[in-house]
Amino acid sequence: MPPGVIATMVALLGAAIITILGARFAVDGDFAAHMWIFTAGFVAGIVWLMRRYASGAPADDRETYANDVVRAGVIASMFWGLAGFLVGVVIALQLAFPDLLYFPDLPFTNFGRLRPLHTSAVIFAFGGNVLIATSFYVVQRTSKARLFGGLLPWFVFWGYQLFIVVAATGYLMGVTQGREYAEPEWYADLWLTIVWVCYLLVFVGTLWKRKEPHIYVANWFYLAFIVTIALLHIVNNMAVPVSFLGVKSVSAFSGVQDALTQWWYGHNAVGFFLTAGFLAIMYYFVPKRAERPVYSYRLSIVHFWSLIFIYIWAGPHHLHYTALPEWAQTLGMTFSIMLWMPSWGGMINGLMTLSGAWDKLRTDPVLRMLVVSVAFYGMSTFEGPVMSVKAVNALSHYTDWTIGHVHSGALGWVGYVSFGAIYCLVPWLWKRERLYSLKLVEWHFWISTIGILFYITSMWISGIMQGLMWRAYNEFGFLSYSFVETVEAMHPYYIIRALGGALFLIGALIMVYNLWRTARGDLRAEAGNTPLVPAAAE
Amino acid sequence: MTYQDASEFARSWGLVFLMLMFGVAVVYALWPSNRQKFTKAAHMPLDEEPEL
Repeated sequence: MPPGVIATMVALLGAAIITILGARFAVDGDFAAHMWIFTAGFVAGIVWLMRRYASGAPADDRETYANDVVRAGVIASMFWGLAGFLVGVVIALQLAFPDLLYFPDLPFTNFGRLRPLHTSAVIFAFGGNVLIATSFYVVQRTSKARLFGGLLPWFVFWGYQLFIVVAATGYLMGVTQGREYAEPEWYADLWLTIVWVCYLLVFVGTLWKRKEPHIYVANWFYLAFIVTIALLHIVNNMAVPVSFLGVKSVSAFSGVQDALTQWWYGHNAVGFFLTAGFLAIMYYFVPKRAERPVYSYRLSIVHFWSLIFIYIWAGPHHLHYTALPEWAQTLGMTFSIMLWMPSWGGMINGLMTLSGAWDKLRTDPVLRMLVVSVAFYGMSTFEGPVMSVKAVNALSHYTDWTIGHVHSGALGWVGYVSFGAIYCLVPWLWKRERLYSLKLVEWHFWISTIGILFYITSMWISGIMQGLMWRAYNEFGFLSYSFVETVEAMHPYYIIRALGGALFLIGALIMVYNLWRTARGDLRAEAGNTPLVPAAAE
Repeated sequence: MTYQDASEFARSWGLVFLMLMFGVAVVYALWPSNRQKFTKAAHMPLDEEPEL
């Protein structure tokens, strides 16, 4: 066994002993449970290393590029994706049929616990794994260098999964610090910080030893995503634990400063996790699949820098008409409007990359998925700035319109660009000629597109109706509707939303089946199944 | 330094600094002699050797 592997196993053993002590002396049961989960994770790490290196170093360690860790990332992405989509459907049904799906004796099934499970599972578990896997794939190819750090990429992968398990079980047990998209408590945050710094080391180390003089634009976006998320995560989670052996902590900020810190984090999680990171996917996988160069590389540079300079200021638009100073609200709104520039610049760049290859949209559903994702990117980033205008926000805020907006970005943009990238990656990584079935990709595409349309149109209607009902008053100045009347009016749209989510989940199940057959090496005989063959020169 | 000083500095010189940096990025993107480098870079995903 290589000395690095033995040293890692010793470090894992040390970490396991520390967490066993943590469990032994914990001041509350939740902390003890989490320390046991950490212990199990570290022990599993030792067992995994023993098995992987039992008969010498595996073949993957000697290849030009590290592919095993990317394969593992693809599997993890789809696993967490299915889990996250499923929980989404469950909570949508809970909202539609609250009397059927409410179990007071089973607190972990409560909407309040399942909702962060859904958001974190789809954003961080699904999206995060897609970003880690694709970034590891792309940075190696565009740098012509193997991943830096030996076992470090594996530590990033498994460490991130451990964080997900700790976060998810915490939500179910009711452990939360109550910060949007950052619910895990202080010890999970510390663990993620360690993992994330290692991720940065792997990425920068790989760029450092690159054999290409120029750093490709996708890597700029990945790097911006990794660095900014590190910064956001550390600042937003600054907290003082009540006890170093208990789950509870108290935020370093209070009042309106705390609110602004949370939304500075929350909005930039959208900007740098769900946008910059997935734009990196767009800038690599769209040209690759369309077999066309990036439409304008100059535009991609301006796109990158304008996104970086503008996004970080947009957070205050989540706090319109609150105690936040007026000038800060206006600043957030102004910068949100300015975001039209980079988002449409980026969308045009992605779509126009297809110039000369538009015909492939007809024959290649994978490319179509990527292109529709870029269209959803353009649409949801058009809608976002509109909603950030204070007059519009007065109607839209706290309503389902926000939920619809988020899901047009999440399902349409993040979901589809991830699906497109994974459909590309699986045949490449498992060295298959092509996907098992393009017909199934067609089915996936249309079922989930209809699902997304159900979802966002029902939420538009429900949200605008809800906003209008809240503000309606009669000739005496009394409110026309009580709150429960608005809830009753939204019921049909909640059913449509749940149906949309279910269709999206069915699409993802079809995808998993298709990918599984592809990885096994099966090829389904289908007519017109050669989308990757270029048309004859004229 | 009070909050007021920090905020005034950020709103004046901070703005100038960020605008200048953005200007540098735009000039870099549009600089004529960079054209060839960027054309080559735009083809980077397509220039990979097959890995089979």
